[in-house]
Formats: sequence, structure tokens, C-alpha cells
Amino acid sequence: MSEDRSSRRSFVDWILGAGITGSLVSFLYPVLKFVIPPPVAEAIELNVVAATVEELPPNTAKIFKFGRRPGLIVNTPAGELRAFDAICTHLNCTVQYREDFGQIWCACHNGFYDLSGKNISGPPPRPLPRLNVAVRGNEIVVSRES
Amino acid sequence: MRVAATRLYHWVDERIPLSPLVEFAREKSVPSHRYSVFYFFGGATLFFFGLQVATGILLLLYYRPTAEAAFESVRFIMTEVSFGWLIRSIHSWSANLMVLCAFLHMATVFFMRAYRKPREMTWWTGALLLLVSMGFGFSGYLLPWNELAFFATRVGTDVARKTPLIGEFLSQFLRGGDDVTGATLTRFFGFHVAVLPMIATTLLLLHLLFIQRQGMSVPDSQTEEASRRPGTKFFPNYFLRELIGWAVALAILAALASLFPWELGRKADPFAPAPAGIKPEWYFLFMFQTLKYLPATIAGIEGEFVGLVFFGVGGLLWFFWPLIDRGSPGGKPSRLVTTVGVAALAFIGVMTLLGYIGS
Repeated sequence: MSEDRSSRRSFVDWILGAGITGSLVSFLYPVLKFVIPPPVAEAIELNVVAATVEELPPNTAKIFKFGRRPGLIVNTPAGELRAFDAICTHLNCTVQYREDFGQIWCACHNGFYDLSGKNISGPPPRPLPRLNVAVRGNEIVVSRES
Repeated sequence: MRVAATRLYHWVDERIPLSPLVEFAREKSVPSHRYSVFYFFGGATLFFFGLQVATGILLLLYYRPTAEAAFESVRFIMTEVSFGWLIRSIHSWSANLMVLCAFLHMATVFFMRAYRKPREMTWWTGALLLLVSMGFGFSGYLLPWNELAFFATRVGTDVARKTPLIGEFLSQFLRGGDDVTGATLTRFFGFHVAVLPMIATTLLLLHLLFIQRQGMSVPDSQTEEASRRPGTKFFPNYFLRELIGWAVALAILAALASLFPWELGRKADPFAPAPAGIKPEWYFLFMFQTLKYLPATIAGIEGEFVGLVFFGVGGLLWFFWPLIDRGSPGGKPSRLVTTVGVAALAFIGVMTLLGYIGS
């Protein structure tokens, strides 16, 4: 009899525990899903007019808006146009062009990249992603490298 | 696990004595009589308040309090964010149920005359909490920046402008300018998520502290029964019963929030004419409706003004009722209290109904 009762009791305990756990999960699941922001759609193909040719004489550069991220367009001292994703691969600062060194520099932790985007000194772990550059008439058009 | 918990308890207890609290919780009991069920409404109000805090914090993750972005951010919450429609719907429905429970709690406290000495301060903190809840409702109503809310807020803040002496200041203070604009939205947002929560939390802690210190009030007609029957132990008996009540409250809320999701309406356009059927939240409706019935002038005085004085005096009577009701200290049921209470409830009920039918 008493064994019967204890097994009934443990059954009720189990049901109660499962019910409470189930309820908690059903409360927490929507909360967790809510907290994570929905993905923002970004254009897969992106063509942006980064600058005009006159704007960018040799050994200068410009930060431009590339979708939702900053991009960097550099006219090298040799007069070659190159574009990069301007976000430092170390800790997400925005990089800039140093005319005195002829290199790309991140001010946050003194990281340097050469003009092919390769990380050459300081903490950056990876090169800057390259973007495509084309000149259409007067406009410098940057697109994502495919 | 249990050993670790005991050791942790002793560690804390040595530094901050917990044993008196544990002793208090063990001894705590709730009077048991025919009307004990009415004690439930206070707890339900607290439950909905907790839900308001939780869902409110969640909505803050996406909400943007500017005239340009508010409506869009709420639409974003409702259409893009996972379960966003549910969280917002729960916040809106739970707000209404909270005010409803607070009203019912107050009405039962009134008719059971639980506000009498020594519980006057519990009544006052409760009355202020109800006002704060209505402030939450009024400020929260504007935040989605939709048509209905925009015009309801215009009306509401204009009523405030009619207040004698301080009306102009009050309206300017609420609106942040001459009219309801983005500045009003920013202010209301600040009231809704910072000022009012701070006041509400303080009042709530006092309210609960007073109740713990004094225990539950027993209505006159039930003192004999309550003394005969042993009280319900708070832990675990009453606590578990309360949890069942909260589960029921949650079930009602979940049904309402999911079957009747709160609507967003159309974005407010300050240069569009007011749409038909402008109405405040239901708990302001009786005042709104009464003001509608008043003629432009009564005995040479502006009608609105007379209405505001009427509600002002009514509010003061309500607030100071524990000091006014001094009759029948012998413990007999009070005729006056019942009559006044029924009359006030009837007035509020009829005016609210007319507000719904009239529109």
C-alpha cells in the first residue's frame, strides 16, 4: 500500500515538474527569440559611386558609404585606384589612409595595412577585404568583389 | 546541492540575520473567511505589474521614441521581430488587466472597509499606485504614435490645461510646448520608462511593507468566523493557491493577447483631421463621457471647469475616505459606506457604458 502511494506521489511530482518545466520553456523561448534582432536584408550586388576622379588625386583617399559599412577608396602614389572594406580586422574600428606612410592605418591599436590591404604591422589578424573599382566617365564606382 | 544551499544560507545569515525573516514567513498566515477570495485581486495586480516590467524592458530593445521613428519601430516589432506581436500584445492587454485588477482590489478594500485605522497609509499608497497606473496608461497610450493616441493625448492634455491656476503650466509641462509634438512623445517616454516606474516601485514596496507589518484586514461581518477558523498558512498553502490564481490570470491574458492582438492603427498625422470615434482608454472613459454631457456654461462658469472641480472633489473624497469614514466604530456594517460606494461605482459604470454606446 505505502509503496503504491509513494509511486503515485512520485508520478504526480514528475507530472508537476514536467508541467512547470514545459511552461518555463514556453515562456523563455519567445523571449529568447525576441531578443535576437531579425536579419536586415542587404543587397547582394552593390554598386556605389565612391568619389569623382577630380576628388581623388594621387596619394589621397576617401571614406565612403558602402551599403551599411564604410569603404575606403585610395588613389596610390603611383596613381592606381584601390578600394577596401574600411573596417579593421582587429576590433572593428574604421581605418584611414596615411599619406605620410603611404599605408592604411588603424588609429585604435596602431595597426598598418599595405596598399594591397595586407596586414603588415600591429594587431590586425587578417588583410582588409578588397572591393572592385571601375571608372565610368567621371565617377569612380566600387562594387563587391565576386 | 542541499548542503551547499544550507552553507550559503549560514554564510549570509552570519552577516545579515535572515532567521527573523524566515521565522516571519513561517508564522505568516492569511485570515480565512467567506470573503477571503477577494484578497486575490491585490496579488493579481502585482502579477500583472511584474509582467509589465518584463515585457516593457523587452519592448525597449526595439522601440524608438521620436515622432519620426516611433510608429515604424512598433510596426517593426510587430511584423519583423520574432514574437514581437505577442510581446506587444501582452504588454497592452496586461496593462488593461492590471488597471482592472487594481480597480477591483480597491473596490473590495472599500466595501470591506479595510482602509480603517491602522491601515490608512496602506489605502493612501494604494490610491497613489492606482493614479500612477493611470499615468502609465496615459503616457503609454501615446508611445506607438498612432492617430487615436495622438488625438486622445491632445484631448487629455487640453483637459489638464483647464485646471485652475496651474493649468497652463501643467499643459506646457506635459506637452513640452504648445501642442502635442515629438517633444511630447519624448517626455511621455521618459515618464513611462523612468519617472513612473521609480515612483511605482517605491509606493509598491511601502504598500507591501505595510501589509506585511499589519497583516490582512478582516471585514467586520467576518471577524467571528475568522476567529473560529484557523488562518491559512502563507507558506506553502496560501502561496500555492496564489500561484494557481496567477496561472489563471496568465491563461486569460494569453488568450486575450493571442486571440485579439493589439492593433497598431494608422500613423499620427498632426495635420489630418481627427478621425471619428476618438476615445481614451476605458478607465478614463467615464470622465471623458461626463465632460461631454456638460453644457458650455453652468451658471456663468465654464462647463469643463465645473466638471474638473466635480472630479477633483470626488478624487479628494476618495483619497481621504479613511479619515472621513469614522462612523460605526462598534463594528457594524456601515450603511453610508455601502451607499457611497455603490453610487460611485454605478456612476462610473453607467458613464463608461454610455461612452461605449455613444460612439
